[in-house]
Amino acid sequence: MAANIAPASRPAGRPVDRPVDRPVDRRGILIELGGTALVVFALTVSLVGFHIKDISGGITLDLRFVDVASAVAIALVVRGWTILMRHGYHRVVAISAAAVAALLVVSLLFGGAGVQPWLPFKAELLQWLLAVLSAGFAIGAGLRISRDGRSGVAGHDGAALDEQDALMDRVGAHVQRNSLWIGGVLFAAAACFPFMPGVNLQYLDIGVLVLTYIMLGWGLNIVVGLAGLLDLGYVAFYAVGAYSFALFASPDSPLLQDLGLTEGISFWLCLPFAGLMAALAGVALGFPVLRLRGDYLAIVTLGFGEMIRVTLLNFYSLTKGPDGISNIPPPSLLGYSTQSKMDEETLQNTTEFHTAMGWDFNQADTTILLYFVILAMALTTNFFTVRVRKLPVGRAWEALREDEVACRSLGINPTNTKLTAFGFGAMFGGFAGSFFATRQTFVSPESFTFIESAVILAIVVLGGFGSQIGVVVAAFLLIGLPEIFREVQEYRMLFFGGSMVLIMLWRPAGLLAHREPTIRMHGRKGRGGRAEADRAT
Amino acid sequence: MYHVAYFLDQLINGVTLGAIYGLVAIGYTMVYGIIGMINFAHGEIFMIGTFVSLIVFLLLGLAGGVWLPLAILIVLLAAMLFTAIYGWTLERVAYRRLRASPRLAALITAIGMSIFLQNYVQLLQGARNKPLPPQITGGVEVVNTTNRAGEAYAVSLSFLQILIIVLTIVLMVVFTLLITRTALGRAQRACEQDRGMAALLGINVDRTISLTFVIGASLAAVAGLIFMLRYGATDFFVGFLTGLKAFTAAVLGGIGSLPGAMLGGLLIGLIEVFFAGYFNLEYKDVATFTILVLVLIFRPTGLLGKPDIEKV
Repeated sequence: MAANIAPASRPAGRPVDRPVDRPVDRRGILIELGGTALVVFALTVSLVGFHIKDISGGITLDLRFVDVASAVAIALVVRGWTILMRHGYHRVVAISAAAVAALLVVSLLFGGAGVQPWLPFKAELLQWLLAVLSAGFAIGAGLRISRDGRSGVAGHDGAALDEQDALMDRVGAHVQRNSLWIGGVLFAAAACFPFMPGVNLQYLDIGVLVLTYIMLGWGLNIVVGLAGLLDLGYVAFYAVGAYSFALFASPDSPLLQDLGLTEGISFWLCLPFAGLMAALAGVALGFPVLRLRGDYLAIVTLGFGEMIRVTLLNFYSLTKGPDGISNIPPPSLLGYSTQSKMDEETLQNTTEFHTAMGWDFNQADTTILLYFVILAMALTTNFFTVRVRKLPVGRAWEALREDEVACRSLGINPTNTKLTAFGFGAMFGGFAGSFFATRQTFVSPESFTFIESAVILAIVVLGGFGSQIGVVVAAFLLIGLPEIFREVQEYRMLFFGGSMVLIMLWRPAGLLAHREPTIRMHGRKGRGGRAEADRAT
Repeated sequence: MYHVAYFLDQLINGVTLGAIYGLVAIGYTMVYGIIGMINFAHGEIFMIGTFVSLIVFLLLGLAGGVWLPLAILIVLLAAMLFTAIYGWTLERVAYRRLRASPRLAALITAIGMSIFLQNYVQLLQGARNKPLPPQITGGVEVVNTTNRAGEAYAVSLSFLQILIIVLTIVLMVVFTLLITRTALGRAQRACEQDRGMAALLGINVDRTISLTFVIGASLAAVAGLIFMLRYGATDFFVGFLTGLKAFTAAVLGGIGSLPGAMLGGLLIGLIEVFFAGYFNLEYKDVATFTILVLVLIFRPTGLLGKPDIEKV
């Protein structure tokens, strides 16, 4: 493999255009339906059909065959709709799916406990999901009917899929071309967000969280999106940043106690230091492994992430192991503290910000400050990325992503170039880590598991490699939405994993993927993206 | 004498652990060989194998006393069957459409599937640890000595460990014969070399790849059964670290090489157990990953792998 990430190509397995008036193969349909039923039954009979229940002194089995039966029934109906759609019976699908969706919604909204036993699943959320799925089928079929009515010719499924794809490509291209505008609007919205009516502390907290992930996504985007290095252990640098910050900022840290200090060092002093430490860690870890090919590099970085976590967990004398380091102070502003409660001694030495300004203390103010700190940090990351793409080193990163062999023959040292990308990415991870530490006021190895790395990587990849706005969109989808729907907490990671798969199946190159080279040899014609080709036809 | 006994004890433990890693590693190496992707969700297939084994054991227990060897055979076959269906579905639903896509897309999908399956099992079966009482007890005493404190220290080869080693060897032999002697194995190797050419010569590539996943998943299910018998408990998260170490084993042995996966699994099992036994229990995972890094730096093709020539 010459390039770690090959340019976006279309999946081969797409259905070919086929005429709708082909004779219906009844036997084939029966086999298809039977196969679906059999597979779903075999999948669910073991893990869904039997529930291992804890009882006193051991475990026993609970039977849940109703759930298996409803899973099979649902699979049959959905498969049936797909087959009907394929054979052009859009009207049947539209009516039946709309009926099912309406039935589900009505019984969920007005049925109460009385109809619950009649619905397929115990969890209300899954019922809603089914309703949405049926509604989706109904809308899809309805759209097809209206389009066929307009053009007078029955369409093909393959064409519809291609159309969707081309649409998203166009959206991606538009977003990229107008990124200055969109970025400006987004920035204005983000800056006004804390002062908008109806924004309470909960929403502000979600905003801070989403911005943290946007910053992490932009930081990782340097490594994955620009340099094309797949890093599955980004959380390691996040952890290094958080811990190097915590060790110097918290009065409880074993390191400060060893040094004989009783007070933590200020946020603004620790922040660059934490970034530096993370960058050093990035260079140190990257040096031996950056010669490796794409997916090997991924696994090795994953291993590094786990190694750092295990070390943090067991190096008790420095990190306090699983107990973690607590009491990390929030950032100060212009030398004034934003803390609300402090012991007498500290109070005498410091002035609180709200006292200095003559305000009443308000918990939201601290959060608003945190919000603007992370907004500024995230924008710095973005600014760095946007500008560095125009520098020789940024150009070299992108060139390396496209073709490593060509780069080497042009005299670019691949290892050093990759190392700078790794180091810069790690540095921003470290900054985000220190922000995380100061926001949580507590760090422990629990927060730096592999799943974090996967989440950050998912944000970058789902947004579309290298697309800065894509990262924002993906962070909203993956972090913001599940946070807003906290009630479905149990199902959060299930949907997270599921949507990762679905988005990748739909758009293998990411949601807003539209990779235009940063520079061209011969103006716009040099290497036209798909969008250009689409416009030309 | 005590040192020899202790060493022997660790050796036996290491080999049984290595059997688990080796069986899971085969799934990684076969999939990598044929479609060039890291099937990150394979550890979760192993985890499903442990759950299916546990459920079938409990079912047999509820059904009344079944002769133990027969019970184990039933559990083995059931676990292989039901886990293999998960492996097949995984490929059909998540990976098939991405075969021509960038490698990264397939890896991300695999990570997504891994997260999905973990939470699927957690939601269905609960997050708590599920214990299985020991099924096979007793063993043969190999060495009997006293330790440094003067207490009796006996090293025994339990019947369970004998079963594990015999089962693994039998499976490996059957599997090797399957790959080297049968039409399916030939098709599998042909697809590994050149999928397009194999398709031109009339091999059903889709079916061959599906079968690769089925075989990998059923071997992982056997590993799951062994894990249940040996360690007596499972939860939804066991697949993550086991999968990672099995992948390390596959890389150590040379990814794409089947004997390499078995050898790598054995070595990783031994390294882990000996490191924990002689140096430090907490850092045994760090030791495994250090091995992975060292192998990749100094011998990226692994112990038995073929060198990968970069073509422009």
